[in-house]
Amino acid sequence: MFEQMEFSTLQHYWFIIIALLGALLVFLLFVQGGQTLIKQLGKTDQETTMLVNTFGRKWEFTFTTLVTFGGAFFASFPLFYSTSFGGAYWVWFIILVAFVVQAVSYEYRSKSQNLLGKKGFDALLFFNGLIAPVFLGTAVATFFTGSPFHVSGMNMSYWDNSLHGLELALDVTRVETFINLSLGLAVFFLSRVLGVLYVFNTIDHDEIIKRARKSLLINSIPFLVFFLFFLISILLIDGFAINPQTQEIFMEPYKYLHNLLEMPLVTALFLLGVVLVLWGIIRAYFNTDKCATKAIWFSGLGTVLVVLNLFFIAGFNNTAFYPSFTDLQSSLTIYNASSSKYTLVAMSYVSLMVPFVLAYIWYAWKSINNKRIDQEEMDNESHVY
Amino acid sequence: MENIDLQLIDWSRAQFALTAIYHWLFVPLTLGITFLIAIMETIYVKTGNPEWKKITKFWMTVFGINFAIGVATGLILEFEFGTNWSNYSWFVGDIFGAPLAVEGIMAFFMESTFIAVMFFGWNKVSKKFHLISTWLVAIGSNLSALWILVANGWMQNPVGMRFNPDTARNEMINFWDVLFSPTAINKFLHTIYSSYILAAAFVIGISAYYLIKKRESVFARKSILVASIFGLVFSIMTVATGDESAREIAKTQPMKFAAMEGLYFGTANAPLVAAGMLKDCNDPEKPHIKDFAWNIEIPGVLSYMAFLDRNAFVPGIYDLVHGNEQQGIVSYFDKIERGKIARQTLEDYKLAKENGNVELAASLRAKFEDQDFIDNYFNYFGFSYFDDPHDIIPNVPLSFYTFHIMVAVGFFLIALFVVALFFAIKNTLHRYKWFLIIALISMPLAYIGSQSGWMIAEFGRQPWVIQNLMPTHTAVSNIQSGMVITTFWIFALVFTVLLIAEIKIMVNQVKKGPKIEEE
Repeated sequence: MFEQMEFSTLQHYWFIIIALLGALLVFLLFVQGGQTLIKQLGKTDQETTMLVNTFGRKWEFTFTTLVTFGGAFFASFPLFYSTSFGGAYWVWFIILVAFVVQAVSYEYRSKSQNLLGKKGFDALLFFNGLIAPVFLGTAVATFFTGSPFHVSGMNMSYWDNSLHGLELALDVTRVETFINLSLGLAVFFLSRVLGVLYVFNTIDHDEIIKRARKSLLINSIPFLVFFLFFLISILLIDGFAINPQTQEIFMEPYKYLHNLLEMPLVTALFLLGVVLVLWGIIRAYFNTDKCATKAIWFSGLGTVLVVLNLFFIAGFNNTAFYPSFTDLQSSLTIYNASSSKYTLVAMSYVSLMVPFVLAYIWYAWKSINNKRIDQEEMDNESHVY
Repeated sequence: MENIDLQLIDWSRAQFALTAIYHWLFVPLTLGITFLIAIMETIYVKTGNPEWKKITKFWMTVFGINFAIGVATGLILEFEFGTNWSNYSWFVGDIFGAPLAVEGIMAFFMESTFIAVMFFGWNKVSKKFHLISTWLVAIGSNLSALWILVANGWMQNPVGMRFNPDTARNEMINFWDVLFSPTAINKFLHTIYSSYILAAAFVIGISAYYLIKKRESVFARKSILVASIFGLVFSIMTVATGDESAREIAKTQPMKFAAMEGLYFGTANAPLVAAGMLKDCNDPEKPHIKDFAWNIEIPGVLSYMAFLDRNAFVPGIYDLVHGNEQQGIVSYFDKIERGKIARQTLEDYKLAKENGNVELAASLRAKFEDQDFIDNYFNYFGFSYFDDPHDIIPNVPLSFYTFHIMVAVGFFLIALFVVALFFAIKNTLHRYKWFLIIALISMPLAYIGSQSGWMIAEFGRQPWVIQNLMPTHTAVSNIQSGMVITTFWIFALVFTVLLIAEIKIMVNQVKKGPKIEEE
């Protein structure tokens, strides 16, 4: 069935899968956001343990989604893999270090003889929670603002800045730097908002819930400010457009705004996502316990929709999804960066398993989360982080 | 590629080796112990005996300590293909990426989803669902191994693809050829079976410690019983797949085969070197050749191992470099020339395309579809990056020793399992302290054997990152060596701190013993 599809349909299909994985990843960063809130929401040792355990039971999902996001990108758009990872070396290195310490910190923090002590591992969890969303968000912003690289005739990639990626967050002479950082910070505060909502969903403890409600407001405001700044900025800047006849890349004023206007379905889903994120926050803040519990699902689904459609704005409608601002024609598009048709077809068959995977994740998730965590459970559980 | 930065290559290799070695300290135990845990839990569910639940939960805790650091280092490995080997990532992404993506979708999610149920589901889900989850963790982790080993097998023996001169990369033309390549299948089976051996040796070693300390005797005996049967069965399978692998290597990577055995001059009825020590040859005429200071040979066995025929000719390193007309072996000198023709053809094609010379471009393009050109020229593409054939020889002593250490450890462990099983059945383990001490020492030995296996697989194929097509030095990212040196040391520090923490926690957990785990 996939064999009959046009090459470009398959390229779109795989970009949708990548976008979906990216969107799920951002939603699952609630684990990271939560890790940065443990000290604020938990005052006693018992409260901290409860919080660590509620997030600790989900770290594998974020981690696995990141791994799969990387693997799927490698498989479907290998030129992106070789250009961005080999080029923005420091950015990816820092993200990797942030993730190396996460899994171990959960597993080791409360074990005796653990070398770094509980405080040490909790600090590493905070480090992971801060670095991962900020850097991933900043990196995704460059899908709109571009990076300095060029690709040779033999498809070898070269980065054109000796800071190898750090310049995208540090070069204050470029206005794009602030756009990049604003998305990084927006994702960071969003992950904290989602973390708080997840606490409402899974923890049964009055004091923690009371503090969480306060924290929700404190984190929602900066999230909205940074997100709106990012959104308005990219709608106003020139975008990297592809001439469909010649495949030439050129700068088009208001390209991303045009993309929204020219893809009404994307716009509708994007706006629905924004509304859902806000609705989840409002619901949780103003309502009683019962409404707050479900808020994560509204904001979570909203997050997935927003990020998914941001990817579409960056890569569909004849737009270069990983643009180069030092050599325009080296910009990566879903057409020039993709794997061969054969490979995309083969992997498309594998992708048919995704709904099945999502189904068993949902089932397992529900069976573990069917009861909210309370002190009693922490006392009786044999595997406590 | 124009200016080769040797320092960059060496440090990039060092960083990858560092990550891979650390990763492999944790993965084999995960692969094997998950099945052992699943078997133990099955016995618990069948018999309802709480002693088996205690056993299951203890090994689960040990698994948890080990697992976290395994996945962390695994993430680094995956991304290092991009960060440090970006030219490689493009050249093979069309093939290599696919198994990696399948691995993520099919295996990693299975593993991570059901691990949560396995650890936290004891009081939340039914006994049956819990048991299924434990089995799915074992299957999921082993499926992860399948896909990455398919990718590695392809690098050792690239099949199922065709080079596309327009994109300057290899493109997959047959997924099944890649998946069911004999190299990949053998590699997968040999790797997981040997990992089961390691896990069995691990369980036996720790159980032996309890018996030496005269505690947990029921727990220890039951654990040893399960582990020694498991270990013995898979030892035999490991020997069988290893034997198959050797034949595969003799066929597809004759240089690696020769290096494994320190065989410089090919011969019919070639002897197997059971043990030996290499030294530099003092003959100034032969600067590239090493000699045995001493060795023990078994006549004819190498020929039989390689070709199932005692009289078959096994080519040596010298034959491969200089060719051997009688045996129909093309010399490396010749292969370099052919590779250069293939590369020149590619460059001519690019130039013709750029200059708009349509006719010339079309005729050059056609060559890459021509089977004769592929077999006799393009298949040596990677050789074009060398001038001196002696640069295409792996480190012989390293290959020789790691191979022999791996084999020696393997056979030693078979003996260990037999004796352990015998004593466990007779329930006399506690009487033989000398054996328990040997069992304890066998734990690190199993790790050394396992690491040696990967070393021969990876060092033995140097200087290739993809056999005959891409030399390691052309695969690196276009970055500065200073960057890699910095990240190498940071990773080394982080991994080492985590390893020390891991060992301390593990030792402490073992000292505490299984009783603490029981509610």
